[in-house]
Amino acid sequence: MEIKKPTIKSIPYEDFKDNEYLENMVKQLNEGGTKVLVGCLDDLINWGRSNSLWPLTFATSCCGIEFMAVGAARYDFARFGFEVARASPRQADMIMVAGTITHKMAPVLKRLYDQMADPKYVIAVGGCAISGGPFKKSYHVLNGVDKILPVDVYIPGCPPRPEALLYGMIQLQRKVKLEKFFGGVNRKEKEPQNPEQA
Amino acid sequence: MSERIEIPAEKLHEEMLKLRQGKHLDFLRSLTGMDWGEEGLGVVYHLEDTNTGDNVVISTRTTNREKPELPSVSDIWKGAEFNEREVYDYYGIRFVGHPDMRRLFLRDDWVGYPLRKDYDESLNPLRMTNEEPVDTTQYIEVQHDGSVIEKRETIFEEDEYIINIGPQHPATHGVLRFRVSLEGEIIKKLDVHCGYIHRGIEKMCESLTYPQTLALTDRLDYLGAHQNRHALCMCIEQAMGVEVSERVQYIRTIMDELQRIDSHLLFFSCLCMDMGALTAFFYGFRDREKILDIFEATTGGRLIQNYNTIGGVQADIAPDFVQKVKEFIAYLRPMLKEYHEVFTGNIIAQERLRGVGVLSREDAISFGATGGTGRASGWACDVRKRHPYAMYGKVDFKEIVHTEGDCFARYMVRMEEILESMSIIEQLIDNIPEGNYQEKMKPIIRVPEGHYYAAVEGSRGEFGVYLESRGDKFPYRLKFRATGLPLVSAMETMCRNAKIADLIAIGGTVDYVVPDIDR
Repeated sequence: MEIKKPTIKSIPYEDFKDNEYLENMVKQLNEGGTKVLVGCLDDLINWGRSNSLWPLTFATSCCGIEFMAVGAARYDFARFGFEVARASPRQADMIMVAGTITHKMAPVLKRLYDQMADPKYVIAVGGCAISGGPFKKSYHVLNGVDKILPVDVYIPGCPPRPEALLYGMIQLQRKVKLEKFFGGVNRKEKEPQNPEQA
Repeated sequence: MSERIEIPAEKLHEEMLKLRQGKHLDFLRSLTGMDWGEEGLGVVYHLEDTNTGDNVVISTRTTNREKPELPSVSDIWKGAEFNEREVYDYYGIRFVGHPDMRRLFLRDDWVGYPLRKDYDESLNPLRMTNEEPVDTTQYIEVQHDGSVIEKRETIFEEDEYIINIGPQHPATHGVLRFRVSLEGEIIKKLDVHCGYIHRGIEKMCESLTYPQTLALTDRLDYLGAHQNRHALCMCIEQAMGVEVSERVQYIRTIMDELQRIDSHLLFFSCLCMDMGALTAFFYGFRDREKILDIFEATTGGRLIQNYNTIGGVQADIAPDFVQKVKEFIAYLRPMLKEYHEVFTGNIIAQERLRGVGVLSREDAISFGATGGTGRASGWACDVRKRHPYAMYGKVDFKEIVHTEGDCFARYMVRMEEILESMSIIEQLIDNIPEGNYQEKMKPIIRVPEGHYYAAVEGSRGEFGVYLESRGDKFPYRLKFRATGLPLVSAMETMCRNAKIADLIAIGGTVDYVVPDIDR
């Protein structure tokens, strides 16, 4: 059987911008061939997982307020299955790194990530989490959270609009839909090197 | 530019005590560490008399860069305690007589002092090791013969039951960390750890041009973005002698008040959520979105607007601004009634807020806990009344002051302030005069040599800017008087002997924003 392109109900496939990257993932998955039974099971599991991604309530600064706005009445991420924001990393599926990560916070963040149960995902929200943003030159700011965690989706903005946050979260759902649980794993990003050893 | 009186370090403590007791300068507005290079390291104190509103600026210095020591004033003003720890953290100045000389923001294993002009950044690579909790602190004591000795003091005893709250905790409103010593449910001691979102803004500002520094103020207290930026713009304008047009003053005042309503609505939402009333959270956020729409139409930004500039504002108000604001105010009045019906009268809310976390007026002044917290304790500390700026001298509004000093008073002050803000906006919105929305400024802005202090009433207290310029296009030193730092330093006083569950209520009503504390 063939793995299909990841679609989101009621949003046309063409409306998404970076389809190419996901199509490469599909191609890669199809190259090896997929067994019908296993493939169907994967589909079922991914359908369930992608529609109930529970975020960790983690926010350090401005982006956190927008994250709250996405959770509130007007934007309401409950429509996409994100509403169960968990305060404990043990119960969360993904972490939205919303805000600046400083040198003092970096080990804490890493520890939170390590405490989350697999499979887990990271979204870098806003300029600070992506590259240090306006505080890039500061002595106490980590220039990009991808130096310590593997990031799945980047959402640029300072802070990103709630629509952008939703778009990024849906992109993560599409990525989750392409995961293979049985007969091989397609998640092969390298763990970022520890800057102390590098 | 007010005159700065220099007091030699040996006499500082004695003189300060005289000022506090003789001249009744009971409010330490701001305490700023300084690195004057060749002329040594020092501290600048801004003092105010809460009765008359008189201001005095004091400075002191030491030329010893290897082991700088200055007398502590933390026994005179309680608010100095955290500020002196901050100065120690930034400049390595050790305060003799300070009970708790630890770093405030940076890790204990940080090398060097970042705000010194000769700081070498390469000494501090990213450390991924977890921080070890340290239960002792250093205390520098003067002996009778004048010599100084170092002592170790314990913060928590070996057999104390200590609970860690934060930095990742949904009810601390960000990444603040408390270590709480408990006896049963009762809080015996509380130790605040800041710095998890210390972004080094003040140091960065020293290498940015004046228009560039503006962008960072919005990100300090993002629920007071307009007000923060207003303070810095005002400070630079005052220093340069720029007069902004009346139109700009009107726009700035209206925007500040809208921002205040926005912040207080968020305060209401988050407090309710912390107390377990999730419905109220949705109500508050629903109405807050309407303000953000108004902001967005004019400024292009929702949360962070980047609107004020030196000499004016970025863009003229949107054509439908006046109409939208009026509609919003008409909409919010009945909504506030609904809020009170949903939450204020609720027996659970009442039980959890009334009589909890009392801060006395003397303590509020001593800590410098301004804003809603101070006003709930009976201290009329509104900068809009004390030192009117923009249009505040010409509009008619009431300063909300309660005297109970408990969580409920802090909550009610803010809810009533929303009404006052609406009345201020109503007085101004129909009379916005014609004029320039931006004065013509030179492409390169240079501030004349000197030191300047300007303050506005932020959403949660006095937000001050202390600017020291040497005539360059960069500030020599730019210090932001955080609204949150005094509030956090008062937490220990408020929480002592409260229940652990009340910590959340107290933290919620004090309404700090952590990036503003840490800067």
